[in-house]
Amino acid sequence: MGLRTSPLHGRHEDRGASFTEFGGWNMPVDFDGIQAEHAAVREAAGIFDVSHMGEIEVSGPDAERLMQRLTTNDVSRLDPGDAQYAAITDDDGIMIDDTVVYRTPADWPGAFLFVPNAGHDAAAFDRWTDHRDAHDLDASVDNVTTDYGMVAVQGPDAPDLVAARAGDGVHDLGRFEAATVGVAGVECLVANTGYTGEAGVEIVFPADGAGAVWDAIANDCQPCGLGARDTLRMEHGFLLSGQDFDPEENPRTPFEAGIGFAVAPESGFVGRDALADTDSPEQQFVGLTLDERGVPRHGYAVTTPAGDEIGTVTSGTMSPTLGEPIGLGYVDSAHAADGTTVAVRIRGTDKQATITTPPFLDQ
Amino acid sequence: MSFDVPDDLQYLESHEWIDPATGRVGISEFAQDELGDVVFVELPSVGDALDQHDELGVVESIKAVSDLYAPVSGEVTAVNDALTNEPELVNEAPFGDGWLVEIDFDSDDLEATLDSDDYRAQIA
Repeated sequence: MGLRTSPLHGRHEDRGASFTEFGGWNMPVDFDGIQAEHAAVREAAGIFDVSHMGEIEVSGPDAERLMQRLTTNDVSRLDPGDAQYAAITDDDGIMIDDTVVYRTPADWPGAFLFVPNAGHDAAAFDRWTDHRDAHDLDASVDNVTTDYGMVAVQGPDAPDLVAARAGDGVHDLGRFEAATVGVAGVECLVANTGYTGEAGVEIVFPADGAGAVWDAIANDCQPCGLGARDTLRMEHGFLLSGQDFDPEENPRTPFEAGIGFAVAPESGFVGRDALADTDSPEQQFVGLTLDERGVPRHGYAVTTPAGDEIGTVTSGTMSPTLGEPIGLGYVDSAHAADGTTVAVRIRGTDKQATITTPPFLDQ
Repeated sequence: MSFDVPDDLQYLESHEWIDPATGRVGISEFAQDELGDVVFVELPSVGDALDQHDELGVVESIKAVSDLYAPVSGEVTAVNDALTNEPELVNEAPFGDGWLVEIDFDSDDLEATLDSDDYRAQIA
């Protein structure tokens, strides 16, 4: 099967992007270099094509019940236009994916929209429809991933940049709030959300309006690829589905992964019973900074200074902002306290590191 | 995009170059472009003995870890210490200040390397 492509693919080719496969999609990894794009987002603004993210629409009388059963957060707290971060767990409380759930504004289609990660949309659709059918719920579920495009506009200048094209209402959106807003003549769902730790918005729009939305914004800020998206999220300690957790290769509960804040046991989600006794997990998701030269990478062992294995690195890079090597991963809870001296085994050599609770940047 | 491939150097399929006149070794302009922003370089020490095609070290960009291979056998006679603090020199001047090591080598080993025409054809 061929790779899926964004409705903006041709524009990225024309702009000279380098591409990479990610979650079954062929997406830009960088346009002008990861460090330059990363710096633009920290200092000004950048736009990312995130059309590889899935979109699933859920409607009908039992839509809320279905969402409540299959996501770990409490969707009953959401008013129209509100969004929340959540995990999707299996019967054992293991994270299958993480997502943002929107109770859509009154003037946007559907009752709920949620955004699974790249390549997870088909499995999410199956999970939702299977559960609906098994429990005889009255809800419609539509995988609208290919009907929509999505961009993220992030950075300290991003809110003004978007407001200049979409109206000052953008400034009124609180964190995790969304509204239906026109951008370049295209009806968009604009949400105050992101994956960079900076101010900014994410914008969902019909695929046939993708070019108009992109052109209205991208000509006045840095286009950014998945490379910078990854380094930006790592500096803030945000999880990457499939890399920092994976139901097959790296099964983790939301508590292990450090997102207990997105778990609402009273909402009765699938996997809740298995999680009841695991809110004090044996391992915890941590950040670490390397005290010696080197770069922590996915799969490297974390050890004590004496060389005993206590965990694994799941993400790592040379932080473009700090110029220092940083990593994310899991260590035994006894070694997870901020400031603990550990080591990362890099090509057979243990390099000293320090547990550092993210974000790595000063707030 | 067309990359510089100096005619006075010899190359490996794995994108290292060696200057036959000096024994100086680096990676090609094509290779640094493929890697992207180089952030870390790990090299052998002066006096280390290398066998041709053995691992010479590691160059890491933000997105990738790439092994380096010795284009010839011989003893390491110099290491570019500037890369410790300025690994970006590999991007900025892959045939100049971004060199990696110098090796005292036997010229017979050059028979197993590519000339500039062959290397240019490989990356075309």
